[in-house]
Amino acid sequence: MRAVIGSTVLALAFAPALAQQKSQFADYQRMTAEGSPVELFEIGGEELWKKPQGPMNASLEKCDLGKGPGVLKGAYAALPRYFKDVDRVMDLETRLLHCMMTLQGRSRDEATKALFGNADRPSEMEYLSAYIAGKSRGVKMAPGSSHPKEKESYQLGRALFFHRTGSWDFSCASCHGEEGKRIRMSDLPVLSDPKSARPLIATWPAYRVSNSQFKTMQWRINDCYRQMRMPEPTFASDATIALNMYLATTAKGAEYRGPGTKR
Amino acid sequence: MMERRGLLKGAAALVLAGLLKPVAALAAWNKAAFSSKTSADALKSLGTPSAEASGGIVIEAPQIAENGAVVPIEVTSNIAGTTSLAVLVEKNPYPLVAKFDFMEGALPFVKINAKMGETSDVRVVATARGKHYQATKEIKVTIGGCGG
Amino acid sequence: MAGPMKMRATLAGSYTDLRVLMTHPMATEQQTKGQPHFIQNLTVKVNGKTVIEGEISQAVSRNPVFSFRLKGGAKGDKIEVSWLDNKGDTNKTETAVA
Repeated sequence: MRAVIGSTVLALAFAPALAQQKSQFADYQRMTAEGSPVELFEIGGEELWKKPQGPMNASLEKCDLGKGPGVLKGAYAALPRYFKDVDRVMDLETRLLHCMMTLQGRSRDEATKALFGNADRPSEMEYLSAYIAGKSRGVKMAPGSSHPKEKESYQLGRALFFHRTGSWDFSCASCHGEEGKRIRMSDLPVLSDPKSARPLIATWPAYRVSNSQFKTMQWRINDCYRQMRMPEPTFASDATIALNMYLATTAKGAEYRGPGTKR
Repeated sequence: MMERRGLLKGAAALVLAGLLKPVAALAAWNKAAFSSKTSADALKSLGTPSAEASGGIVIEAPQIAENGAVVPIEVTSNIAGTTSLAVLVEKNPYPLVAKFDFMEGALPFVKINAKMGETSDVRVVATARGKHYQATKEIKVTIGGCGG
Repeated sequence: MAGPMKMRATLAGSYTDLRVLMTHPMATEQQTKGQPHFIQNLTVKVNGKTVIEGEISQAVSRNPVFSFRLKGGAKGDKIEVSWLDNKGDTNKTETAVA
């Protein structure tokens, strides 16, 4: 059931003083990042990573995120990527779901029952994303690009980014395809441009101070589709992975800053 | 007299039943000051009704906050002998946000994340050697942070 | 049930920089329709001795993060921070100065 959002939520406007606004919020962004609760989610994620769960009563510690079983350093910065064991490109949350099912023996239904949490009860994906992303702090972003399926995923993501559809005839590019746009007081970076994509993709997933919740990339894409009045994308679907691949590839080369803190 | 004994017995029973927290769990908290609806009342309850303006109090905060739910405020007092700092947000429903007492071993410095309902002055009152000082700084807020 | 609490104490020249993160809803009267739930007291101890006492309110942000500065300090000094909320719940964490 997709709720209809009031049209006041989405107010595209040109902001001639964009540069001025950016510097206006720079202090706020710096000071909130320096005193952010993000680390608490990384701690929660570490606990979950090590916690035996499911019918097999196993932890996620042997999960291979692309650099070998249990290797976390730099793993997030190298996603999405092709995984031979499933012959498929996967992003972080997709791979985590795979490990929950194969290592812990959990069913897809059970593991995806509460994907997006709330301030009182963050979801497993949110905690785990924070923990694993934190382990890529300082690492250059380099999603997979050599395998044919990785190239295919990128092409699909790029096509989806520019594809206009839905009742409002929106595409991602409607908001994120042109300089100078904003929603209320948040700037809308041009995500098809590496220059703009890098600082942004380098700080997701992120803690949102406005609702004290940790938000993941699967959530972000899901919510963008909702705001565009499009049908809800399936969690860990090829389409969502492809969009993540497109964004991460456009941002490649950026030094990953770690889970961010947003308004 | 009998009434009071009864009352005390009742309270003890409630403590044993886990319904009343024992006195040890309670700590000083200036309810009057934190319930004051104006800055002036809060300062009166804190015992610092007339604090002189001072440049010795440094408030570092963003000029404009993207969201009032989390507004970072950093305060330092350069006034010798500062033992206490109180942070107020003038236009909040209850202006007093926090108060810190610093003993030997701590510097009069604190950084907190405060909720601000709207654009407002932040007022900091410092107590040093029995005298009180204050400074203010305006922070613009673009989205209120007090509601649900 | 108190969520994770974390603290980092690092020497920074003439003082020790202390950063404490705590999990707490810090729910206001407005948010809870009259049943606020927030931390009221904060205590910082160095090697067992109280150096800071804080009284805070519902106007402090959810999942509070505080920074303090301790005079001087040496590697290995034991720091303890504890909190108490308006419902009588408490939590604390300890760390050594790095």
